[in-house]
Amino acid sequence: MTPLFTESEWDFGTLDRVYKAIEEIALGELKLDVYPNQIEVISSEQMLDAYSSLAMPLMYNHWSFGKLFAREEAMYRAGYSALAYEIVINSSPCISYLLEENSMTMQALVIAHAAFGHNHFFKNNYLFRQWTNAEGILDYLAFAKRYIAACEDRHGRDDVEAVLDSAHALMDQGVFRYRRPPRPSKERVLEKRRKRVEHEEEAYSELWRTLPAGIEPPAVSPAIDPEEDYPGEMKVPEENILYFLEKHSPALKPWQREMLRIVRNLSQYFYPQRQTKVMNEGCATFVHYTLMNALYDKGLITESSLLEFLHSHTSVVFQPDFDDRRYYGLNPYALGYGMMADIKRICTTPTPEDRDWFPHIAGKGDWMDVLKDGWANYRDESFIEQFLSPKLMRDFRMFALFDKADEGAYKVSSIHNETGYRRVRASLARQYDVGSADANIQITGANLHSDRKLFVEHRMNRGVPLQVQSRELVCAHIERLWGHEVIFEEVPNEE
Amino acid sequence: MTQFIDRRLNPKGKSLANRQRFLRRARTQIREAVQKSLKDSAVADIGKNRKIKISSRGTREPRFRLDPKAGGERDFVLPGNKEFSPGDEIKKPRSGEDGGRGKQAGDSGDGEDDFEFTMTQDEILDIFFEDLELPNLVRTTLKETPSRTWRRSGITTAGSPTQINLIRTMRHAFGRRIALKRPSIANLNLLVEQLDALEREEPQTDEIRARIVTLREDIAKANAKRKWIGFIDPIDVRYNAFTEQPIPTSQAVMFCLMDVSGSMGEREKDLAKRFYMLLHLFLKRRYERVDIVFIRHTHDAQEVDEQEFFYSRQSGGTIVSTALDKMLEIQKERYATADWNIYAAQASDGYTQSGDARHCVEMLNADIMPLCQYYAYIEILDEREMEVFASEDSGAELWRAYRTVADLWPNFATKRISKPADIFPVFRELFKKTEVTS
Repeated sequence: MTPLFTESEWDFGTLDRVYKAIEEIALGELKLDVYPNQIEVISSEQMLDAYSSLAMPLMYNHWSFGKLFAREEAMYRAGYSALAYEIVINSSPCISYLLEENSMTMQALVIAHAAFGHNHFFKNNYLFRQWTNAEGILDYLAFAKRYIAACEDRHGRDDVEAVLDSAHALMDQGVFRYRRPPRPSKERVLEKRRKRVEHEEEAYSELWRTLPAGIEPPAVSPAIDPEEDYPGEMKVPEENILYFLEKHSPALKPWQREMLRIVRNLSQYFYPQRQTKVMNEGCATFVHYTLMNALYDKGLITESSLLEFLHSHTSVVFQPDFDDRRYYGLNPYALGYGMMADIKRICTTPTPEDRDWFPHIAGKGDWMDVLKDGWANYRDESFIEQFLSPKLMRDFRMFALFDKADEGAYKVSSIHNETGYRRVRASLARQYDVGSADANIQITGANLHSDRKLFVEHRMNRGVPLQVQSRELVCAHIERLWGHEVIFEEVPNEE
Repeated sequence: MTQFIDRRLNPKGKSLANRQRFLRRARTQIREAVQKSLKDSAVADIGKNRKIKISSRGTREPRFRLDPKAGGERDFVLPGNKEFSPGDEIKKPRSGEDGGRGKQAGDSGDGEDDFEFTMTQDEILDIFFEDLELPNLVRTTLKETPSRTWRRSGITTAGSPTQINLIRTMRHAFGRRIALKRPSIANLNLLVEQLDALEREEPQTDEIRARIVTLREDIAKANAKRKWIGFIDPIDVRYNAFTEQPIPTSQAVMFCLMDVSGSMGEREKDLAKRFYMLLHLFLKRRYERVDIVFIRHTHDAQEVDEQEFFYSRQSGGTIVSTALDKMLEIQKERYATADWNIYAAQASDGYTQSGDARHCVEMLNADIMPLCQYYAYIEILDEREMEVFASEDSGAELWRAYRTVADLWPNFATKRISKPADIFPVFRELFKKTEVTS
């Protein structure tokens, strides 16, 4: 067969042909299941724009995004960091951004990586299915942007900024980790908003403007909304601080509550991504590797573009050693891709060791089936606990360290040997459990009827406390949103 | 199903609103940084993009962070074991964590100290001007890029209807009509009259009828010809052409005179530097080419480079007139008044050897002021002295002497300053002039 392209320059016609060829293999042979794709070509400046708004196509305005942009731009212009080749958004249709400077080979790689790899993962992984709403997210962001802009007009930039600052400081504490949040559909969000505005307008009276300063008009009675859990009884302990403040803070006005809600919903939307970094990137990298090789096997890409692809692929999955100057933590691409390629190996050419460790998949043959099951039903922690093989631990030369704060040295507790495999694996899995890697902060009570003190505690995991300086800054933000004193306490976890 | 969308042409600067919010938020830090950066940069470099490093104080984004160094215990896994067996110990690095290199990415809120980014020329100037408390009108005139104007540059065959050159167009049309023998209205009317006359004649002979037929044919032909050959044809149309040209500007030289004896400290020199920067900005806008000559003096004057001018120190007495001598000497040698506009800016703390002030005044009145477009003198005082010399009339010898010059020459400005905001009034006259001329 003649190759689809020989030049390194791309054009839309070639993009389309390449997309169709990739789609045929991805859906026909690998049987991937994806949202419809929408592929957009953007310039490097637009890529920087997208970076600085949490990789979303639209976002409300806040100075922290401007700071991020300035930082990224400085790094990029100085040549310290290259731009990502792509950004992909968990939405339906699934939007992928291609950088215009990519060569045709890179565009093909990116289409395979984002439009099929990530897309399949978004659509099938249980966390994304349960916790995010791919159809509604863009509408919701548009609503958030408009709402916050309107608040700025009405209440002044400073006030809006103050609330957003505080809400951002609590973003990590703005997710439900165990209980599933209600999922507002697009229509319901719009309908709700309309009702809310209508109600506000009805309840507004010109008279209130004539009140002397310091006297507040009577609060607008909340609109009747049977689906809204109305702040009746507050439930404590509550891990979702933003949710708690939104519902129960005595100091906030309705528009401020709505803003907390926006930040909280965003945080919740990103939560699955934080729990599946390794798997998500691993899945996309594995898919693009498989697809690009399939294209080459069919003669659809030339040898030179295969080499260009391999060059880029190997630098993406490069893992420097811990004592290397380039070490920046475990590379999720390397670990994820390594594990998935390893699963394929175990399924097709297992060693006796693999048969011992993975009797249910060793030699099974249909590796795609095993992988798809993995992509759908695991997150990083459970995936590592289940599928990290001794061979891969040896390849990465992993070793576990024990760190006690008041000792001057780390102790090597286990290494990649017979006695150590299980412990290294368990330790690594725990490292990827967002639930235990994040600080466990709970609101334990509030004296709503007396002095209105709010009680917050950090349940320490194995005695590790919070950093004092940042803790105090964040507590000040809680205090601002709560409006009254906040009592913070470090407590050992009872477990 | 799949769509490819080309977004490259979408409007740029989507994050501009965020950038403005960020600059506003970090205002204090940015101001400090800009001022420091201006202090370290050359006078002529103001008004360029530059890198600014600010501390992250004020733009911190705190989050709850775990601090394993402060207490408790944990396990973690690293790749790349080469020599360790269980039970080995690895010394903790003094700062940072995780055995290897210290830096942990993305710990915003505590890890970052300094923050570097590029500010555009406009953003820098805004802050520079804010300190100097420049009036808004002046700010905008200073920020403008060198002005250009549209000048006539002949005639073209293409252009917009508003620029049609009627005379040329009609002339071309006329020539073409003559060359192609387009019958004029007058000729046509003549034929029609003849026809009328013949038709009215009695009796109608054969001869007359024949003439009528030919006349009718002639009229039809003439009418047809007038239709084919337009009164004005597109090829006749001519337009006035304009091209954009820079407004012719000349060159200027700016003499910076400064007393560098021991009494001029850091603060004084910094104020003086801003004074020179502002003058330079102004001159740069008005003249294509601006030379700067730095002359420093104690009891003796020298021409030096900028680095030495601002940063090296000399001991000795103070004789101001030596600097004026030097300036005259350089001016005669290199900057003929026919080719150069001459500006001078002098900064001093007001002390000079007794008797010298009178000498200075003589030189200024006789030799220097006739050459200069503008001469600005600032006396840098500290706040305490400023109170003592509240009145314009009191002051040291040099000040009083210069006041007499100022009375004689409208283009001589004097001012005492003790803070950046005092600088601009020195140039007030200068800016007033440009508002009229530009």
